Amino acid sequence: MSGIPGLLNYWVAVFLMMAGFYVVIAQGNLIKKLVGLGLFQTSVFIFYITVGKVSGGNAPILSEGITAYSNPLPHVLILTAIVVGVATTAVGLALVVRIQEAYGSVEEDDINDADQEAELALTRQHDGKPGDAGT
Amino acid sequence: MLFGIYSFLTAALFMDLDAVDVAFTEAAVGAGVTTVLLLSGLRLTNRWEHRPRHGRLVPLIVVGITGAALIYGTMDAPLFGDPDAPAHRHVAPRYIEQGPQEVGMPNMVTAVLASYRGYDTFGETVVIFTAGLAVMLLLGIQQGPSASPGRAAIGDQPVLRVVAKFLLPFILLYALYVQMHGDFGAGGGFQAGVIFATGFVLYALVFGEGHARRVVPPRWLHRLAALGVLIYGGVGLVSLFGGKAFLDYTVLAHDPVHGQHLGVLLVELGVGVTVFSVVLAIFYALSGRKRQA
Amino acid sequence: MTLPDHLPVLVVLLPLLSAPLCILVDRPRAGWLIALIASWLSFAASVALMVQVSGGETISYHLGGWAPPWGIEYRIDLLAAFVLLIVTGMASLVMVFARHSVVDEVPEERIARFYAALLLVFAGLVGIVATGDAFNVFVFLEISSLASYAVISMGRDRRALNAAFQYLVMGTIGATFILIGIGFLYMMTGTLNMLDLAARLPEVSDTRTVRAGFAFLTVGIGLKLAMFPLHLWLPNAYAYAPSAVTAFLAATATKVAVYVLLRFVLEIFGAEFSLGAMPLDLILMVLGTIGILSASLVAVFQHDVKRMFAYSSVAQIGYMLLGISLASTTGVGATILHVFNHALMKGALFLALGAVAYRIGAVTLRDFAGLGRRMPWTMAAIVFSGLSMIGVPPTAGFVSKWYLVLGTLEQGLWPLAVLILIGSLLALIYVWRLVETAYFDSVGDDAPPVREAPASMLIPIWILVAANFYFGLYTDFSVGTAMRAASALLGGGG
Repeated sequence: MSGIPGLLNYWVAVFLMMAGFYVVIAQGNLIKKLVGLGLFQTSVFIFYITVGKVSGGNAPILSEGITAYSNPLPHVLILTAIVVGVATTAVGLALVVRIQEAYGSVEEDDINDADQEAELALTRQHDGKPGDAGT
Repeated sequence: MLFGIYSFLTAALFMDLDAVDVAFTEAAVGAGVTTVLLLSGLRLTNRWEHRPRHGRLVPLIVVGITGAALIYGTMDAPLFGDPDAPAHRHVAPRYIEQGPQEVGMPNMVTAVLASYRGYDTFGETVVIFTAGLAVMLLLGIQQGPSASPGRAAIGDQPVLRVVAKFLLPFILLYALYVQMHGDFGAGGGFQAGVIFATGFVLYALVFGEGHARRVVPPRWLHRLAALGVLIYGGVGLVSLFGGKAFLDYTVLAHDPVHGQHLGVLLVELGVGVTVFSVVLAIFYALSGRKRQA
Repeated sequence: MTLPDHLPVLVVLLPLLSAPLCILVDRPRAGWLIALIASWLSFAASVALMVQVSGGETISYHLGGWAPPWGIEYRIDLLAAFVLLIVTGMASLVMVFARHSVVDEVPEERIARFYAALLLVFAGLVGIVATGDAFNVFVFLEISSLASYAVISMGRDRRALNAAFQYLVMGTIGATFILIGIGFLYMMTGTLNMLDLAARLPEVSDTRTVRAGFAFLTVGIGLKLAMFPLHLWLPNAYAYAPSAVTAFLAATATKVAVYVLLRFVLEIFGAEFSLGAMPLDLILMVLGTIGILSASLVAVFQHDVKRMFAYSSVAQIGYMLLGISLASTTGVGATILHVFNHALMKGALFLALGAVAYRIGAVTLRDFAGLGRRMPWTMAAIVFSGLSMIGVPPTAGFVSKWYLVLGTLEQGLWPLAVLILIGSLLALIYVWRLVETAYFDSVGDDAPPVREAPASMLIPIWILVAANFYFGLYTDFSVGTAMRAASALLGGGG
């Protein structure tokens, strides 16, 4: 385990990842969950780009007089991953908007309560009239 | 808002780490698009959150274990910036040393993105298309109250209008520049598509969505998005008919390097078209939605 | 290169490029037709591929013309061809079924887009199977997942929305974990190509980084697999999605995740590392068994029949994980075999449930009262696929269970064999509940009259039911392919 300074960048990325991850699983507000998800994903990107850096290297665009370049491959992967992340956020948001319209709230607890109440009402209804075809 | 600032800082960090293309994309997409998305989402839902009822202990434990696993994983890893790390020794050198010659462009990232690993980028374009499709399925584009021409969301602001009218052509022109120049400098289809869409979003914000919808009717957008994917796929199919593997650009011109260059240009165009239409479509879908009580 | 050479990429391109086509056309019937033709052509391509690789050779296709590891490679070996066959076959049958079902459950103006999204789920899945590049797996996984969130949310019940959202959150966490895992592997080897990784990992496998990468990959894949305890998204997603979607996903999505697990654990990391040095065999054994028993138990108490069988699916995945944990040809072969057989039985089952939903509008246990007389063909299909799930001879389900039990006995683990049988017993209980209500309860007085399901639904259902029996009796193809694929994975790895 040599050279903690050399690993510090990675650890910063890890810290950010965990912050995002925590928000995703601990928060009840759906929009906050999405933000946490975005934070989680973006810090993974930081991690990858950190992997790609070469000391003394430059941006991987061929230029006169430069011989050392940073690794272009992680850049390519992360470009793709950024796009995937935004796509996920967009779809998540569309879902949240629909949930808001259907339930009147975007708090996990409220939604679960509403669903449970509906289930209970259904079971009561069914117990009263057997053979009923209703939902 | 915080998320937007965070994205900008991330972009700056990327610049420092030599990842110029990524920085550009992160700034445009992360700071720009994501922030707008989240703000729109907030507009349509409640502004303040409630306290969650369930406990905090389990999430903390899970996060703790995951974080520990990550740190554990980095302990045997090559150090930051080490040029002898395996990540830099095996596959990457060819991209750096031969990429510019084989694909005919100095931007190695574009070379890898659009040619060597062009199929991944094709998949990525499909991802954007899928996201746009998903938003269309879930929300659709409605005739919002602000859709009637002449009424701007932020009211009648003469200064903004003048400035916006002035800036708009430059924004669009810059987008086209980024699109075309991506093989030399930082840039390419994604960034260009986003910037182009941003121009229209600006127009919609300042002059009213109704006007914006007259220029680019929503109905066109999903067809444009589909078209972008088909352009990319079409290039690949041309390669098939030329007797080579899917997305092998060498068949596109009289010599392989020119073919590569042409192929990259065309697929980036496909990307730009799809990105533009999807971003704008999502904007229309969210902004046109009526806020329900 | 001629047409047969391009088959690996055509299997994926056909559904992938048909999706934007659906959008351009934007009419419901045309959208359905495009989806149907694309699925059937893709199925034909995968049959041709199966023929090509059945001799034991592996097809390698260089996308973009660049050789791996600099370019992305499609690799079709016996296992890949087998899974492709399953996915494309299921897609073809579901599309036939979907004609009426989708019209019934999805608003008309959204139907063309719905089929586009369904095609993308399909394309993403086959893309995952066909590829030989680890990052490419991630990209197509996201295509398939994003499209899945969209189609699941189109269910009629508003709970579909939250189900889709929960799946989105868990699925994205899983995908990000997979990305982290791939990143760790790349850090230590410098490559993304699967074969290349398999060659380079042994020399660095003793590092913490690789072990961490392994852990993240397996957890990420486990989320997509609905491995206990990461299965929480599945019951709701299956229960509230449109019927055609549930049938397709139940038969394919988690199976493809099993395929990814097999590839990574056995081929890339190697059996010695994954199941020897790392305690994955024990973990899979324990979690698999708990999954079987707990999910089957929960299924017994469900009112909503779709949910009941969703939990059943979680149990079936437990069986598959158990097979892998045995680390033997018999065990892994049983898993691969069950990937095939489970698709047949769950496909038939959920399609039949979809037919019931089409006629009645709901699928709670009470709605099934007297259904045996009113929809005899549909109910019979449910009974037969139920038998296959329990593992009664001469169904296909029996064959998978047989080899699984054999695998456990080979290693002297007879307590596991007992637990497997208990799982079957639990399955018997919940299937019996359904059968009892359908055949022995009387129809309610105010229940609306129902006809049998239309032919376009019954035909794919009964093709699958017949397949359950056919592959239960003539096992050469399924068992033979599975065992050969298993020994290839175990022999070549580590």
